[in-house]
Amino acid sequence: MSPSRVLRLLWPPVLLALVLLVGWQLLADHGIRNPQVLPSLSQVVSAGWHERATIWHNAVPTLRETELGFALSFALSWILATAMDFTPPVRRAVYPILVASQTLPIVAIAPLFVVMFGFGIMPKVLLVALATFFPLTVSLASGFATADGDADRLLRSMGASRWRIFWTVRVPGALPFFFSGLRVAITYAIGGAVFAEYQGAESGLGIYLQQMQQVFRTDLVFATVAVIALFSVILFALTYVLQAWLTPWRKHERAQEAQR
Amino acid sequence: MTPIEPAEPAEPAEPTEPAEPSGPTGPNAQSDYLLDATDLSHSFARHGQEPLQVLDGLSLQVRAGEIAAVIGPSGSGKSTLLNILAGLDRPTGGRVHVGGGGGVGYMPQKDLLFPWRTVEDNTILGLEVGGLKKKQARERVAPLFAEFGLSGFEYAYPAQLSGGMRQRAALLRTVAMERPVLLLDEPFGALDSLTRTQMQLWLAETWQRHGWTIVLVTHDIREAVFLADSVHVLTSRPARVARRVEVDLPRPRTADTFGLPAFARLERDLLGALTAGGGPGGLAS
Repeated sequence: MSPSRVLRLLWPPVLLALVLLVGWQLLADHGIRNPQVLPSLSQVVSAGWHERATIWHNAVPTLRETELGFALSFALSWILATAMDFTPPVRRAVYPILVASQTLPIVAIAPLFVVMFGFGIMPKVLLVALATFFPLTVSLASGFATADGDADRLLRSMGASRWRIFWTVRVPGALPFFFSGLRVAITYAIGGAVFAEYQGAESGLGIYLQQMQQVFRTDLVFATVAVIALFSVILFALTYVLQAWLTPWRKHERAQEAQR
Repeated sequence: MTPIEPAEPAEPAEPTEPAEPSGPTGPNAQSDYLLDATDLSHSFARHGQEPLQVLDGLSLQVRAGEIAAVIGPSGSGKSTLLNILAGLDRPTGGRVHVGGGGGVGYMPQKDLLFPWRTVEDNTILGLEVGGLKKKQARERVAPLFAEFGLSGFEYAYPAQLSGGMRQRAALLRTVAMERPVLLLDEPFGALDSLTRTQMQLWLAETWQRHGWTIVLVTHDIREAVFLADSVHVLTSRPARVARRVEVDLPRPRTADTFGLPAFARLERDLLGALTAGGGPGGLAS
Protein backbone atom coordinates (compact mmCIF):
# COMPACT_ATOMS: atom_id res chain seq x y z
CA MET A 1 0.00 0.00 0.00
CA SER A 2 1.42 3.37 -1.00
CA PRO A 3 1.75 6.15 1.61
CA SER A 4 -0.76 8.36 -0.19
CA ARG A 5 -3.31 5.56 -0.14
CA VAL A 6 -2.71 4.99 3.59
CA LEU A 7 -3.27 8.70 4.15
CA ARG A 8 -6.46 8.67 2.11
CA LEU A 9 -7.82 5.74 4.10
CA LEU A 10 -6.77 7.08 7.48
CA TRP A 11 -7.78 10.72 7.51
CA PRO A 12 -11.56 10.25 8.05
CA PRO A 13 -11.29 8.14 11.24
CA VAL A 14 -8.41 10.25 12.57
CA LEU A 15 -10.29 13.48 11.93
CA LEU A 16 -13.46 12.21 13.57
CA ALA A 17 -11.54 11.01 16.64
CA LEU A 18 -9.82 14.40 16.96
CA VAL A 19 -13.12 16.28 16.70
CA LEU A 20 -14.68 14.07 19.38
CA LEU A 21 -11.70 14.43 21.73
CA VAL A 22 -11.50 18.20 21.35
CA GLY A 23 -15.28 18.46 21.81
CA TRP A 24 -15.00 16.40 24.99
CA GLN A 25 -12.21 18.58 26.36
CA LEU A 26 -14.17 21.76 25.62
CA LEU A 27 -17.38 20.37 27.10
CA ALA A 28 -15.58 19.32 30.28
CA ASP A 29 -13.64 22.57 30.66
CA HIS A 30 -16.33 25.07 29.76
CA GLY A 31 -19.68 23.25 29.96
CA ILE A 32 -19.93 20.82 32.81
CA ARG A 33 -16.94 21.87 34.91
CA ASN A 34 -17.38 19.01 37.36
CA PRO A 35 -14.66 16.34 37.10
CA GLN A 36 -16.75 13.87 39.10
CA VAL A 37 -19.39 13.97 36.42
CA LEU A 38 -17.20 14.45 33.36
CA PRO A 39 -13.45 14.74 33.75
CA SER A 40 -11.64 16.38 30.87
CA LEU A 41 -9.39 14.46 28.53
CA SER A 42 -6.26 15.92 30.08
CA GLN A 43 -7.45 15.01 33.59
CA VAL A 44 -8.12 11.44 32.52
CA VAL A 45 -4.72 11.11 30.87
CA SER A 46 -2.77 12.55 33.79
CA ALA A 47 -4.73 10.56 36.42
CA GLY A 48 -4.30 7.38 34.41
CA TRP A 49 -0.58 8.03 33.97
CA HIS A 50 -0.18 8.74 37.66
CA GLU A 51 -1.90 5.48 38.60
CA ARG A 52 -0.33 3.47 35.79
CA ALA A 53 1.33 0.99 38.15
CA THR A 54 -1.96 0.22 39.90
CA ILE A 55 -3.84 -0.06 36.64
CA TRP A 56 -1.23 -2.41 35.23
CA HIS A 57 -1.25 -4.45 38.43
CA ASN A 58 -5.00 -4.90 37.96
CA ALA A 59 -4.77 -5.48 34.24
CA VAL A 60 -2.54 -8.54 34.62
CA PRO A 61 -5.18 -10.80 36.26
CA THR A 62 -7.83 -9.57 33.82
CA LEU A 63 -5.66 -10.45 30.83
CA ARG A 64 -4.84 -13.79 32.41
CA GLU A 65 -8.54 -14.61 32.81
CA THR A 66 -9.23 -13.52 29.26
CA GLU A 67 -6.42 -15.68 27.96
CA LEU A 68 -7.47 -18.80 29.86
CA GLY A 69 -11.16 -18.35 29.15
CA PHE A 70 -10.48 -17.78 25.49
CA ALA A 71 -8.18 -20.78 25.25
CA LEU A 72 -10.87 -22.94 26.85
CA SER A 73 -13.51 -21.61 24.51
CA PHE A 74 -11.21 -22.06 21.50
CA ALA A 75 -10.48 -25.70 22.32
CA LEU A 76 -14.12 -26.51 23.07
CA SER A 77 -15.35 -24.83 19.90
CA TRP A 78 -13.01 -26.90 17.68
CA ILE A 79 -13.90 -30.14 19.43
CA LEU A 80 -17.62 -29.46 19.31
CA ALA A 81 -17.73 -28.10 15.76
CA THR A 82 -15.72 -31.09 14.53
CA ALA A 83 -18.07 -33.50 16.28
CA MET A 84 -21.02 -31.63 14.79
CA ASP A 85 -19.49 -31.89 11.33
CA PHE A 86 -18.86 -35.62 11.57
CA THR A 87 -22.19 -36.66 13.07
CA PRO A 88 -25.42 -34.90 12.08
CA PRO A 89 -27.26 -36.15 15.21
CA VAL A 90 -24.68 -34.37 17.37
CA ARG A 91 -25.25 -31.24 15.31
CA ARG A 92 -28.98 -31.41 15.81
CA ALA A 93 -28.57 -32.18 19.51
CA VAL A 94 -26.04 -29.45 20.25
CA TYR A 95 -27.30 -26.55 18.16
CA PRO A 96 -30.37 -25.64 20.27
CA ILE A 97 -28.33 -25.78 23.47
CA LEU A 98 -25.68 -23.63 21.85
CA VAL A 99 -28.21 -20.98 20.92
CA ALA A 100 -29.77 -21.16 24.36
CA SER A 101 -26.35 -20.68 25.96
CA GLN A 102 -25.96 -17.45 24.06
CA THR A 103 -29.30 -16.09 25.26
CA LEU A 104 -28.44 -16.60 28.93
CA PRO A 105 -28.12 -13.15 30.49
CA ILE A 106 -24.57 -12.89 31.82
CA VAL A 107 -25.91 -10.58 34.52
CA ALA A 108 -27.77 -13.54 35.96
CA ILE A 109 -25.10 -16.15 35.40
CA ALA A 110 -22.09 -14.26 36.78
CA PRO A 111 -23.22 -14.21 40.46
CA LEU A 112 -24.21 -17.87 40.17
CA PHE A 113 -20.73 -18.78 38.98
CA VAL A 114 -19.30 -16.97 42.00
CA VAL A 115 -21.58 -18.99 44.29
CA MET A 116 -20.53 -22.19 42.56
CA PHE A 117 -16.83 -21.59 42.06
CA GLY A 118 -15.86 -18.97 44.62
CA PHE A 119 -13.93 -15.72 44.21
CA GLY A 120 -10.91 -17.22 42.47
CA ILE A 121 -10.05 -17.21 38.80
CA MET A 122 -12.41 -20.05 37.89
CA PRO A 123 -15.75 -18.19 37.54
CA LYS A 124 -14.06 -15.47 35.44
CA VAL A 125 -12.50 -17.96 33.07
CA LEU A 126 -15.82 -19.73 32.68
CA LEU A 127 -17.68 -16.50 32.02
CA VAL A 128 -15.20 -15.47 29.30
CA ALA A 129 -15.60 -18.92 27.78
CA LEU A 130 -19.39 -18.69 27.93
CA ALA A 131 -19.40 -15.28 26.26
CA THR A 132 -17.08 -16.28 23.42
CA PHE A 133 -18.00 -19.91 22.87
CA PHE A 134 -21.07 -19.32 20.73
CA PRO A 135 -19.63 -17.15 17.95
CA LEU A 136 -16.55 -19.37 17.69
CA THR A 137 -18.45 -22.64 17.45
CA VAL A 138 -21.16 -21.40 15.13
CA SER A 139 -18.75 -19.74 12.71
CA LEU A 140 -16.55 -22.82 12.65
CA ALA A 141 -19.45 -25.24 12.19
CA SER A 142 -20.95 -23.21 9.37
CA GLY A 143 -17.49 -22.86 7.81
CA PHE A 144 -17.14 -26.64 7.75
CA ALA A 145 -20.62 -26.96 6.30
CA THR A 146 -19.92 -24.65 3.34
CA ALA A 147 -17.29 -27.05 1.98
CA ASP A 148 -17.83 -27.82 -1.69
CA GLY A 149 -19.56 -31.16 -2.26
CA ASP A 150 -17.67 -31.56 -5.53
CA ALA A 151 -14.35 -31.25 -3.71
CA ASP A 152 -15.58 -34.01 -1.45
CA ARG A 153 -16.31 -36.19 -4.48
CA LEU A 154 -12.93 -35.46 -6.03
CA LEU A 155 -11.12 -36.56 -2.89
CA ARG A 156 -13.27 -39.64 -2.53
CA SER A 157 -12.45 -40.59 -6.14
CA MET A 158 -8.79 -40.38 -5.10
CA GLY A 159 -9.54 -42.77 -2.26
CA ALA A 160 -9.36 -40.28 0.61
CA SER A 161 -10.70 -41.10 4.06
CA ARG A 162 -13.23 -38.95 5.91
CA TRP A 163 -10.47 -37.52 8.10
CA ARG A 164 -8.28 -36.76 5.13
CA ILE A 165 -11.15 -34.89 3.49
CA PHE A 166 -11.79 -33.03 6.72
CA TRP A 167 -8.20 -31.82 7.03
CA THR A 168 -7.61 -31.23 3.35
CA VAL A 169 -10.82 -29.46 2.39
CA ARG A 170 -13.03 -28.57 5.30
CA VAL A 171 -10.55 -27.08 7.76
CA PRO A 172 -8.78 -24.69 5.35
CA GLY A 173 -12.13 -23.76 3.79
CA ALA A 174 -13.57 -22.93 7.21
CA LEU A 175 -10.73 -20.64 8.29
CA PRO A 176 -12.11 -17.38 6.83
CA PHE A 177 -15.42 -18.08 8.61
CA PHE A 178 -13.61 -18.93 11.79
CA PHE A 179 -11.77 -15.62 11.76
CA SER A 180 -15.04 -13.70 11.40
CA GLY A 181 -16.32 -15.51 14.48
CA LEU A 182 -13.02 -14.93 16.25
CA ARG A 183 -13.33 -11.17 15.77
CA VAL A 184 -16.83 -11.12 17.22
CA ALA A 185 -15.77 -13.32 20.12
CA ILE A 186 -12.65 -11.36 20.97
CA THR A 187 -14.64 -8.18 21.53
CA TYR A 188 -16.71 -10.02 24.13
CA ALA A 189 -13.74 -11.62 25.83
CA ILE A 190 -12.25 -8.81 27.94
CA GLY A 191 -15.69 -7.40 28.64
CA GLY A 192 -16.70 -10.80 29.98
CA ALA A 193 -13.69 -10.94 32.29
CA VAL A 194 -14.28 -7.39 33.59
CA PHE A 195 -17.92 -8.12 34.25
CA ALA A 196 -17.06 -11.33 36.09
CA GLU A 197 -14.69 -9.37 38.33
CA TYR A 198 -17.51 -7.01 39.21
CA GLN A 199 -19.07 -9.90 41.11
CA GLY A 200 -16.10 -10.08 43.41
CA ALA A 201 -12.38 -10.47 42.94
CA GLU A 202 -9.14 -9.76 44.75
CA SER A 203 -7.72 -7.77 41.87
CA GLY A 204 -8.55 -7.02 38.28
CA LEU A 205 -9.73 -4.14 36.15
CA GLY A 206 -13.37 -4.92 36.96
CA ILE A 207 -12.97 -4.68 40.69
CA TYR A 208 -10.72 -1.63 40.29
CA LEU A 209 -13.41 0.09 38.22
CA GLN A 210 -15.95 -0.62 40.91
CA GLN A 211 -13.72 0.76 43.67
CA MET A 212 -12.97 3.96 41.74
CA GLN A 213 -16.68 4.50 41.11
CA GLN A 214 -17.35 4.19 44.82
CA VAL A 215 -14.82 6.92 45.64
CA PHE A 216 -15.98 9.14 42.76
CA ARG A 217 -12.68 8.98 40.87
CA THR A 218 -14.48 9.35 37.57
CA ASP A 219 -11.20 10.28 35.90
CA LEU A 220 -9.70 6.89 36.82
CA VAL A 221 -12.88 5.12 35.74
CA PHE A 222 -12.46 6.74 32.35
CA ALA A 223 -8.77 5.87 32.24
CA THR A 224 -9.50 2.22 33.08
CA VAL A 225 -12.23 2.00 30.48
CA ALA A 226 -9.79 3.42 27.94
CA VAL A 227 -7.25 0.74 28.86
CA ILE A 228 -9.90 -1.99 28.46
CA ALA A 229 -10.87 -0.59 25.07
CA LEU A 230 -7.22 -0.44 24.05
CA PHE A 231 -6.67 -4.10 24.93
CA SER A 232 -9.76 -5.10 22.96
CA VAL A 233 -8.61 -3.16 19.92
CA ILE A 234 -5.15 -4.74 20.12
CA LEU A 235 -6.64 -8.24 20.31
CA PHE A 236 -8.95 -7.39 17.43
CA ALA A 237 -6.02 -6.21 15.32
CA LEU A 238 -4.08 -9.35 16.23
CA THR A 239 -6.78 -11.49 14.61
CA TYR A 240 -5.94 -9.82 11.29
CA VAL A 241 -2.23 -10.47 11.75
CA LEU A 242 -2.97 -14.09 12.59
CA GLN A 243 -5.30 -14.43 9.63
CA ALA A 244 -2.81 -12.98 7.16
CA TRP A 245 -0.24 -15.40 8.51
CA LEU A 246 -2.49 -18.48 8.45
CA THR A 247 -4.33 -17.78 5.20
CA PRO A 248 -1.69 -16.32 2.87
CA TRP A 249 -3.71 -17.23 -0.24
CA ARG A 250 -6.47 -14.79 0.62
CA LYS A 251 -4.59 -11.74 -0.53
CA HIS A 252 -4.25 -13.24 -4.02
CA GLU A 253 -7.96 -14.02 -4.07
CA ARG A 254 -8.79 -10.47 -3.08
CA ALA A 255 -6.39 -9.07 -5.68
CA GLN A 256 -8.13 -11.26 -8.25
CA GLU A 257 -11.58 -10.05 -7.14
CA ALA A 258 -10.42 -6.45 -7.31
CA GLN A 259 -9.37 -6.94 -10.93
CA ARG A 260 -12.81 -8.11 -11.97
CA MET B 1 -2.74 -44.43 -39.13
CA THR B 2 -5.46 -43.98 -41.74
CA PRO B 3 -5.19 -41.94 -44.94
CA ILE B 4 -6.29 -38.35 -45.04
CA GLU B 5 -9.75 -39.22 -46.31
CA PRO B 6 -11.31 -42.11 -44.48
CA ALA B 7 -14.35 -43.42 -46.26
CA GLU B 8 -17.31 -43.37 -43.91
CA PRO B 9 -17.48 -43.34 -40.16
CA ALA B 10 -16.60 -46.91 -39.38
CA GLU B 11 -20.07 -47.76 -38.31
CA PRO B 12 -22.92 -46.20 -40.28
CA ALA B 13 -26.22 -45.19 -38.88
CA GLU B 14 -26.88 -48.45 -37.08
CA PRO B 15 -27.73 -48.09 -33.41
CA THR B 16 -25.55 -50.29 -31.31
CA GLU B 17 -27.37 -52.84 -29.24
CA PRO B 18 -26.76 -51.73 -25.69
CA ALA B 19 -25.99 -55.03 -24.06
CA GLU B 20 -23.17 -56.20 -26.28
CA PRO B 21 -19.86 -54.57 -27.03
CA SER B 22 -19.96 -52.90 -30.40
CA GLY B 23 -18.63 -54.69 -33.40
CA PRO B 24 -15.84 -52.83 -35.16
CA THR B 25 -13.53 -52.72 -32.17
CA GLY B 26 -12.28 -56.16 -33.03
CA PRO B 27 -12.76 -59.40 -31.18
CA ASN B 28 -15.12 -59.24 -28.23
CA ALA B 29 -12.56 -60.52 -25.78
CA GLN B 30 -12.88 -58.25 -22.75
CA SER B 31 -9.15 -58.21 -22.14
CA ASP B 32 -8.91 -55.95 -25.20
CA TYR B 33 -10.50 -53.16 -23.28
CA LEU B 34 -8.81 -51.19 -20.58
CA LEU B 35 -12.16 -49.85 -19.46
CA ASP B 36 -15.09 -52.17 -19.84
CA ALA B 37 -18.48 -51.08 -18.53
CA THR B 38 -21.15 -53.62 -19.36
CA ASP B 39 -24.90 -53.27 -19.26
CA LEU B 40 -24.99 -50.53 -16.63
CA SER B 41 -28.33 -49.57 -15.26
CA HIS B 42 -29.04 -47.17 -12.48
CA SER B 43 -32.16 -45.80 -10.88
CA PHE B 44 -32.81 -43.42 -8.04
CA ALA B 45 -35.49 -44.08 -5.46
CA ARG B 46 -37.98 -41.24 -5.32
CA HIS B 47 -40.33 -40.52 -2.46
CA GLY B 48 -43.86 -41.57 -3.33
CA GLN B 49 -43.05 -42.06 -7.01
CA GLU B 50 -41.67 -44.64 -9.36
CA PRO B 51 -37.89 -44.92 -9.13
CA LEU B 52 -36.18 -42.70 -11.69
CA GLN B 53 -34.41 -44.81 -14.27
CA VAL B 54 -31.30 -42.92 -15.36
CA LEU B 55 -29.18 -45.55 -17.10
CA ASP B 56 -30.61 -48.52 -18.92
CA GLY B 57 -28.26 -51.11 -20.34
CA LEU B 58 -25.42 -48.73 -21.06
CA SER B 59 -22.18 -50.30 -22.25
CA LEU B 60 -18.92 -48.51 -22.86
CA GLN B 61 -15.70 -50.14 -23.97
CA VAL B 62 -12.44 -48.26 -24.24
CA ARG B 63 -9.20 -49.73 -25.56
CA ALA B 64 -5.82 -48.89 -24.11
CA GLY B 65 -4.50 -45.63 -25.52
CA GLU B 66 -7.86 -44.62 -26.92
CA ILE B 67 -9.75 -41.39 -26.40
CA ALA B 68 -13.42 -42.19 -26.10
CA ALA B 69 -15.78 -39.24 -26.17
CA VAL B 70 -19.20 -39.50 -24.59
CA ILE B 71 -21.80 -37.00 -25.79
CA GLY B 72 -25.46 -36.83 -25.08
CA PRO B 73 -28.37 -34.48 -24.54
CA SER B 74 -28.25 -32.61 -21.25
CA GLY B 75 -29.96 -34.42 -18.43
CA SER B 76 -29.20 -37.72 -20.10
CA GLY B 77 -27.50 -39.17 -17.05
CA LYS B 78 -23.91 -38.30 -17.91
CA SER B 79 -23.10 -37.29 -14.37
CA THR B 80 -24.53 -40.56 -13.06
CA LEU B 81 -22.35 -42.43 -15.53
CA LEU B 82 -19.34 -40.38 -14.41
CA ASN B 83 -20.00 -41.13 -10.76
CA ILE B 84 -20.19 -44.82 -11.52
CA LEU B 85 -17.05 -44.86 -13.66
CA ALA B 86 -15.18 -42.83 -11.04
CA GLY B 87 -16.17 -45.38 -8.42
CA LEU B 88 -18.23 -42.90 -6.41
CA ASP B 89 -21.52 -44.73 -6.93
CA ARG B 90 -22.41 -48.37 -7.39
CA PRO B 91 -24.65 -49.06 -10.39
CA THR B 92 -27.98 -50.75 -9.70
CA GLY B 93 -27.09 -53.24 -12.40
CA GLY B 94 -24.15 -54.15 -14.61
CA ARG B 95 -20.47 -53.88 -13.85
CA VAL B 96 -17.39 -51.78 -14.50
CA HIS B 97 -13.99 -53.32 -15.05
CA VAL B 98 -10.84 -51.24 -15.25
CA GLY B 99 -7.70 -53.07 -16.26
CA GLY B 100 -4.18 -52.14 -15.32
CA GLY B 101 -5.00 -51.88 -11.62
CA GLY B 102 -5.70 -48.67 -9.77
CA GLY B 103 -8.96 -47.48 -11.26
CA VAL B 104 -9.80 -44.18 -12.83
CA GLY B 105 -8.30 -40.70 -12.47
CA TYR B 106 -11.24 -38.34 -12.30
CA MET B 107 -11.11 -34.71 -13.39
CA PRO B 108 -14.37 -32.98 -12.45
CA GLN B 109 -15.99 -30.25 -14.47
CA LYS B 110 -14.97 -27.54 -12.01
CA ASP B 111 -11.20 -27.35 -11.70
CA LEU B 112 -11.54 -27.60 -7.89
CA LEU B 113 -8.06 -26.27 -7.30
CA PHE B 114 -7.91 -25.48 -3.62
CA PRO B 115 -7.22 -21.76 -3.14
CA TRP B 116 -5.13 -22.44 -0.02
CA ARG B 117 -2.70 -24.72 -1.81
CA THR B 118 -0.03 -23.59 -4.22
CA VAL B 119 -0.31 -24.88 -7.76
CA GLU B 120 2.33 -27.47 -7.02
CA ASP B 121 0.60 -28.66 -3.87
CA ASN B 122 -2.70 -28.87 -5.74
CA THR B 123 -1.17 -31.11 -8.37
CA ILE B 124 0.24 -33.56 -5.81
CA LEU B 125 -3.09 -33.97 -4.04
CA GLY B 126 -3.86 -37.39 -5.51
CA LEU B 127 -0.35 -38.65 -4.78
CA GLU B 128 -0.58 -37.42 -1.20
CA VAL B 129 -3.92 -39.12 -0.70
CA GLY B 130 -2.28 -42.23 -2.14
CA GLY B 131 0.19 -42.12 0.73
CA LEU B 132 3.22 -40.48 -0.87
CA LYS B 133 5.22 -37.98 1.19
CA LYS B 134 4.96 -34.37 0.04
CA LYS B 135 8.60 -34.17 -0.97
CA GLN B 136 8.51 -37.31 -3.10
CA ALA B 137 5.20 -36.29 -4.64
CA ARG B 138 6.65 -32.91 -5.62
CA GLU B 139 9.64 -34.58 -7.25
CA ARG B 140 7.24 -36.79 -9.17
CA VAL B 141 5.17 -33.96 -10.65
CA ALA B 142 8.04 -31.53 -11.27
CA PRO B 143 8.95 -32.82 -14.77
CA LEU B 144 5.35 -32.36 -15.94
CA PHE B 145 5.17 -28.62 -15.28
CA ALA B 146 6.99 -27.55 -18.44
CA GLU B 147 4.85 -29.72 -20.66
CA PHE B 148 1.67 -28.43 -19.03
CA GLY B 149 2.75 -24.82 -19.55
CA LEU B 150 2.97 -24.17 -15.83
CA SER B 151 6.71 -23.65 -15.37
CA GLY B 152 7.40 -20.82 -12.98
CA PHE B 153 3.93 -21.11 -11.44
CA GLU B 154 4.74 -23.95 -9.04
CA TYR B 155 4.49 -21.68 -6.01
CA ALA B 156 1.72 -19.43 -7.28
CA TYR B 157 -1.77 -19.73 -5.86
CA PRO B 158 -4.62 -20.78 -8.15
CA ALA B 159 -6.12 -17.28 -7.97
CA GLN B 160 -3.09 -16.07 -9.91
CA LEU B 161 -3.68 -18.41 -12.86
CA SER B 162 -5.68 -17.85 -16.04
CA GLY B 163 -8.63 -20.10 -16.89
CA GLY B 164 -6.64 -22.25 -19.30
CA MET B 165 -3.79 -22.64 -16.84
CA ARG B 166 -6.21 -23.69 -14.11
CA GLN B 167 -7.58 -26.44 -16.35
CA ARG B 168 -4.08 -27.62 -17.20
CA ALA B 169 -3.21 -27.68 -13.50
CA ALA B 170 -6.34 -29.72 -12.79
CA LEU B 171 -5.39 -32.11 -15.59
CA LEU B 172 -1.85 -32.35 -14.26
CA ARG B 173 -3.29 -33.29 -10.87
CA THR B 174 -5.30 -36.04 -12.58
CA VAL B 175 -2.44 -37.31 -14.73
CA ALA B 176 0.03 -37.31 -11.84
CA MET B 177 -1.89 -40.11 -10.12
CA GLU B 178 -0.84 -42.39 -13.00
CA ARG B 179 -4.14 -44.22 -13.03
CA PRO B 180 -4.68 -46.37 -16.13
CA VAL B 181 -7.76 -44.45 -17.29
CA LEU B 182 -8.44 -40.70 -17.19
CA LEU B 183 -12.04 -39.60 -16.83
CA LEU B 184 -12.46 -36.00 -17.95
CA ASP B 185 -15.80 -34.28 -17.36
CA GLU B 186 -16.18 -31.40 -19.80
CA PRO B 187 -12.63 -30.29 -19.09
CA PHE B 188 -12.81 -27.17 -21.26
CA GLY B 189 -16.51 -26.38 -20.87
CA ALA B 190 -16.00 -23.24 -18.80
CA LEU B 191 -13.39 -21.66 -21.08
CA ASP B 192 -13.93 -19.05 -23.75
CA SER B 193 -14.01 -20.35 -27.29
CA LEU B 194 -10.48 -19.31 -28.26
CA THR B 195 -8.88 -20.71 -25.12
CA ARG B 196 -10.90 -23.88 -25.53
CA THR B 197 -9.57 -24.43 -29.03
CA GLN B 198 -6.01 -23.81 -27.84
CA MET B 199 -6.52 -26.33 -25.06
CA GLN B 200 -7.88 -28.90 -27.49
CA LEU B 201 -4.85 -28.49 -29.74
CA TRP B 202 -2.57 -28.73 -26.73
CA LEU B 203 -4.30 -31.84 -25.41
CA ALA B 204 -4.13 -33.56 -28.82
CA GLU B 205 -0.42 -32.81 -29.00
CA THR B 206 0.31 -33.89 -25.43
CA TRP B 207 -1.78 -37.05 -25.77
CA GLN B 208 0.31 -37.95 -28.81
CA ARG B 209 3.37 -38.21 -26.56
CA HIS B 210 1.76 -40.01 -23.61
CA GLY B 211 -0.93 -42.17 -25.17
CA TRP B 212 -3.25 -41.81 -22.20
CA THR B 213 -6.50 -43.75 -22.17
CA ILE B 214 -9.21 -41.14 -21.80
CA VAL B 215 -12.94 -41.06 -21.35
CA LEU B 216 -13.96 -37.56 -22.34
CA VAL B 217 -17.45 -36.40 -21.46
CA THR B 218 -18.38 -33.35 -23.49
CA HIS B 219 -21.22 -31.29 -24.93
CA ASP B 220 -19.10 -30.16 -27.80
CA ILE B 221 -19.38 -32.24 -30.98
CA ARG B 222 -16.34 -30.53 -32.55
CA GLU B 223 -14.28 -31.30 -29.49
CA ALA B 224 -15.42 -34.93 -29.53
CA VAL B 225 -14.56 -35.38 -33.21
CA PHE B 226 -11.26 -33.55 -32.96
CA LEU B 227 -9.91 -35.38 -29.92
CA ALA B 228 -11.52 -38.80 -29.90
CA ASP B 229 -10.96 -42.16 -31.52
CA SER B 230 -14.50 -43.18 -30.81
CA VAL B 231 -17.59 -41.14 -30.02
CA HIS B 232 -20.37 -42.67 -27.97
CA VAL B 233 -23.73 -40.97 -28.41
CA LEU B 234 -26.10 -41.38 -25.49
CA THR B 235 -29.87 -41.43 -25.77
CA SER B 236 -31.95 -39.18 -23.57
CA ARG B 237 -32.94 -40.57 -20.19
CA PRO B 238 -32.79 -43.46 -19.47
CA ALA B 239 -29.44 -43.39 -21.18
CA ARG B 240 -27.80 -46.09 -23.20
CA VAL B 241 -25.29 -45.82 -26.02
CA ALA B 242 -27.29 -45.14 -29.16
CA ARG B 243 -24.30 -45.13 -31.47
CA ARG B 244 -20.62 -45.73 -31.35
CA VAL B 245 -18.87 -43.80 -34.11
CA GLU B 246 -15.23 -44.52 -34.89
CA VAL B 247 -13.28 -41.40 -35.74
CA ASP B 248 -10.73 -42.37 -38.33
CA LEU B 249 -9.14 -38.97 -38.71
CA PRO B 250 -5.36 -39.13 -39.01
CA ARG B 251 -3.05 -38.63 -36.09
CA PRO B 252 -1.39 -36.46 -35.01
CA ARG B 253 -4.31 -34.08 -35.07
CA THR B 254 -3.50 -30.43 -35.59
CA ALA B 255 -5.31 -27.24 -36.51
CA ASP B 256 -5.50 -28.61 -40.08
CA THR B 257 -7.67 -31.47 -38.88
CA PHE B 258 -10.59 -29.06 -38.47
CA GLY B 259 -10.52 -28.42 -42.22
CA LEU B 260 -10.72 -32.02 -43.41
CA PRO B 261 -13.87 -33.00 -45.31
CA ALA B 262 -14.13 -36.10 -43.14
CA PHE B 263 -14.16 -33.87 -40.08
CA ALA B 264 -17.17 -31.97 -41.33
CA ARG B 265 -18.91 -35.19 -42.31
CA LEU B 266 -18.40 -36.73 -38.87
CA GLU B 267 -19.55 -33.58 -37.17
CA ARG B 268 -22.71 -33.47 -39.25
CA ASP B 269 -23.35 -37.15 -38.72
CA LEU B 270 -23.04 -36.82 -34.96
CA LEU B 271 -25.23 -33.76 -34.87
CA GLY B 272 -27.84 -35.78 -36.71
CA ALA B 273 -27.54 -38.64 -34.26
CA LEU B 274 -27.93 -36.26 -31.33
CA THR B 275 -30.87 -34.25 -32.61
CA ALA B 276 -32.69 -37.42 -33.66
CA GLY B 277 -32.53 -38.48 -30.04
CA GLY B 278 -29.98 -41.06 -31.02
CA GLY B 279 -32.45 -42.98 -33.15
CA PRO B 280 -31.59 -44.64 -36.46
CA GLY B 281 -31.44 -42.79 -39.74
CA GLY B 282 -30.82 -39.57 -37.99
CA LEU B 283 -29.74 -36.54 -39.98
CA ALA B 284 -31.38 -33.51 -38.51
CA SER B 285 -32.72 -31.61 -41.46
